[in-house]
Amino acid sequence: MTARVFLESVDPWINWDWLSTHIPLVLGALGEHVELTAIALATGLVISVPLGVAAHRSGGLRLAVLGFFGAFYTIPSLALFALLIPFTHLSGTTAEIPLIGYNVLILVRNVLVGLDAVPRDVLDAADGMGYRPLPRLLRVELPLALPSIFAGLRVATVSTIGIVTITALIGLGGLGSLIDKGLVENFHTPLVVATILSIALALVADLLVAGAQRVAVPWARPV
Amino acid sequence: MDFLGLVWRWLADPNHWQGSDGIPTRLVEHIHLSGESVLIGAAIALPAGIALGHYGRFGALAINISNAGRAVPSFGILVIAFQVFGLGDLPIVLALTALAVPPMVTNSYVALREVDPDIREAARGMGYRELAQVLRVELPLAVPLIMAGVRTSAVQVVATATLAALIAGGGLGRYIVDGLATQDYVKTAAGAVLVAALALATELSLSGVQQLLVPRGIRLLNAPVAARATTFKVA
Repeated sequence: MTARVFLESVDPWINWDWLSTHIPLVLGALGEHVELTAIALATGLVISVPLGVAAHRSGGLRLAVLGFFGAFYTIPSLALFALLIPFTHLSGTTAEIPLIGYNVLILVRNVLVGLDAVPRDVLDAADGMGYRPLPRLLRVELPLALPSIFAGLRVATVSTIGIVTITALIGLGGLGSLIDKGLVENFHTPLVVATILSIALALVADLLVAGAQRVAVPWARPV
Repeated sequence: MDFLGLVWRWLADPNHWQGSDGIPTRLVEHIHLSGESVLIGAAIALPAGIALGHYGRFGALAINISNAGRAVPSFGILVIAFQVFGLGDLPIVLALTALAVPPMVTNSYVALREVDPDIREAARGMGYRELAQVLRVELPLAVPLIMAGVRTSAVQVVATATLAALIAGGGLGRYIVDGLATQDYVKTAAGAVLVAALALATELSLSGVQQLLVPRGIRLLNAPVAARATTFKVA
């Protein structure tokens, strides 16, 4: 016990010797983290854009979608993981279903905000030029909604990276597994390194999405 | 018996409704930890956000604090607080408070900024002193958005308090964490149902409070305030 207290008192926040010999472990966790995040974002986007377009057309669907995903979004991720384990077991699916659901709420809301903000005049002009509904949606409405969709994507990206740390609790790796290691072994380095890397990853990913927005929507500068 | 039936049996078992690991005790612990953190967070965040919004200063800071807050992994912050401060409620409340502050600062800043400049002018023209102008003109108009921020914070704090069980804290998260550790997935799922119910109840009851606090004249405008609240999820 005394030895342990002594060890604790000299445990630095980052033990560079440990870090230099465990770089593959850290990079592996980072890779898993990026993979879990990328799947949640890509799937969320694929679901949200059509769902948002449909909800924009129908008021009933809009209420149903916002109500359902709003309630889903309120439920803590750990609770959803726990509820899904008996059905989908300790698998990637168990982690991805809640993450995707959260992203769908954020993205659908922003698709709706973007589509709602398309000026009536623009739609009239497009109709006057002979656009049919689908080309009008693809070439006029969605491009004008892109800045709002990108804003949602940035929020979703940063949130997902933070929440993915919790997936380690159901044994799915990612940076959270290093936080868990630090907790279980009472050892600062993996915990501090993983927390810093998670924040850094969120900031870098946010910049990347903002950069993609600059390329895709050069007329609307991200804030 | 199917799984949901087992979960229902667990929840209905009288043995799980008494003692130091009973549902009432864990629920009170959870509400206590969350309530304390939201109140401390509000005492810091609301005056700061309201003052920044009133004077229109440091807007970038007030808005970006929520972006920064989203990037911080709640699990990591809880464990770091635990290793610094050791066992007990202190590290939990500190970490939860830190997570509660950003959405409340951002929302109250935006709420005060969105007060129509003509209304500010009118208040000044009617001879309101600065404090009275803030308290009696700007704040009532800002209540919907400020309360949306408080609601967002509270729901996130209740969600993150679930993780307190990982650092030997109490609360409803205990059932989830203990169930996972012993592969008792019925207990885990029962805990998850309770946590989800508490999060939804928090959201609904604070929406109710928000409705009550909004002055009638503004309620009649029926602004879709909820959609403009800061999106913030960390757990």
